[in-house]
Amino acid sequence: MMFGTMPQLTPDLIYGVTGIAVFAIGLVGALCAQDRLRRVLALKLCSVGAGFVLVVAAWRVPPAAPDPVPHALVITGIVVMVSATAVALALIRRLQTLETEDDA
Amino acid sequence: MTDPILIFDLLLAAAVVALAVASLSVRDLFVAIVLFITFGLLSALAWVRLAAPDVALAEAAIGTGVTGALLLKTLHHLRYVTGTLNRPEAFSVTPAAPVPAPVLWANAAFCGLITLGLAVAFLGAPRSGPGFDALVAEALPQSGVEHPVTAVLLSFRAYDTLMEVVVLLAAVIGVWQIERGLSDAPAPVLGEVFQGFARLTLPAIVVVGTYLLWKGAEAPGGAFQGGAVLAAVGLLLLLSRLYVPQPSHRGVARWAFVLGTGVFAGVALLVAGGGRVAFEYPPEHAKTLILLIEGLVTISIAVTLAALFHGREPVALRTDGGRG
Amino acid sequence: MLDILGAALIGQGTVFFVAGTVGLLRFPDIFCRLHALTKADGLGLALIALGVALMADGVGYLVRIALIWFFVAVAGATCGHLIARYARRTMPGVRDD
Repeated sequence: MMFGTMPQLTPDLIYGVTGIAVFAIGLVGALCAQDRLRRVLALKLCSVGAGFVLVVAAWRVPPAAPDPVPHALVITGIVVMVSATAVALALIRRLQTLETEDDA
Repeated sequence: MTDPILIFDLLLAAAVVALAVASLSVRDLFVAIVLFITFGLLSALAWVRLAAPDVALAEAAIGTGVTGALLLKTLHHLRYVTGTLNRPEAFSVTPAAPVPAPVLWANAAFCGLITLGLAVAFLGAPRSGPGFDALVAEALPQSGVEHPVTAVLLSFRAYDTLMEVVVLLAAVIGVWQIERGLSDAPAPVLGEVFQGFARLTLPAIVVVGTYLLWKGAEAPGGAFQGGAVLAAVGLLLLLSRLYVPQPSHRGVARWAFVLGTGVFAGVALLVAGGGRVAFEYPPEHAKTLILLIEGLVTISIAVTLAALFHGREPVALRTDGGRG
Repeated sequence: MLDILGAALIGQGTVFFVAGTVGLLRFPDIFCRLHALTKADGLGLALIALGVALMADGVGYLVRIALIWFFVAVAGATCGHLIARYARRTMPGVRDD
């Protein structure tokens, strides 16, 4: 596709741009958010954005079947992300408890 | 532009982006998490539209359901610890320190550059380029299952999936270690209506989870989606207090955590011992072996996700014995 | 014929969802909003399920649609109850009787 020409509007273009936008929003949030919980939320947004781009890469114009390999990668990514989120949240809970005990 | 469903696509994409912005910019953290859950469900809908039902199921069940439950539980704990529980005016948990303007601008410029690079790369890349579709379609008859995503997950790229199960195991070990000795926020009492709801839905959830696992060999579904649905059983049991983890249950829980990884690795070693490459299942037993691995991995995933939600290892506390 | 009837029912259900959403946005307090949401969505969901059921080909799909309707309705009712219960117990200025 050439820049400058108006690209044909297709689902993969729409959702690909969506994915990049979501990733960017998550990136800004992860860097700028003050709250720890919100930062984890922002990283999770980043992972969903990456998932969007991968799923879009697997999409084929129907009736062709999509590429299963990126799908498997995204499923793996989702499970890894929930593991990482769980550990991050446990660290946040611990940290908050320690800080509150210090204040008291 | 002629396809009316493109209007739906555009609306859905706009809603997804708007929800992402809203969930990071809204002041109340609880609202932020609820918006995030909505965002995840709409993303799953978009992935259904992109012909990826497996991914959509996984995102809805694990990425949104279990993650949302984890976030809400953490928020409850933080509000309890900081003493802001039941005080709606306390919006966030960590006190905000002012950030110098140059830092903000540098961050924004950095994010803008990365996004610009990604956008250029995405728009410049060939659309629907050559992928692995042909290779997978060619090798599918040898895998023993009929659904390509399951074949990729458990046969062609089984190392990845094994490592993924190990990551889950590492996460639960990490959470148990981090939360060791941490006192827990008292769980909210949800009342009899919720208990009745849990009793009513539990059998149905078990059936749905098992069905997803079984169906995964030939249609969208599989170990991760089924495991996440079964983990919902654990969440409902924990929330409705129909099951209260006891210190004496730790042994069983540990076995359940390692069951999937152990069997997965064991099968790989057995196959390798038979003079083949690991995960090159003998064709006549391929489906049996894949279903065996998937079944036991499902149990591990379900128990591990429920344990991640419960958080702290069930140990006897001074005040009351092992209440979760 | 069945398709047209189904589409009409789905359209009606959508109207109820829109009404519920308007109520959620416009009503003054949490109980009015819950009222709008649970009532309108309950009816909207039933109409949509009925409409989809008319278009389904096969008893298996009918059973599945019925089950989905049942569990979503029960879950919605339970959520409404939990929200109302929480609001009555914690929010200041709410009548507690």
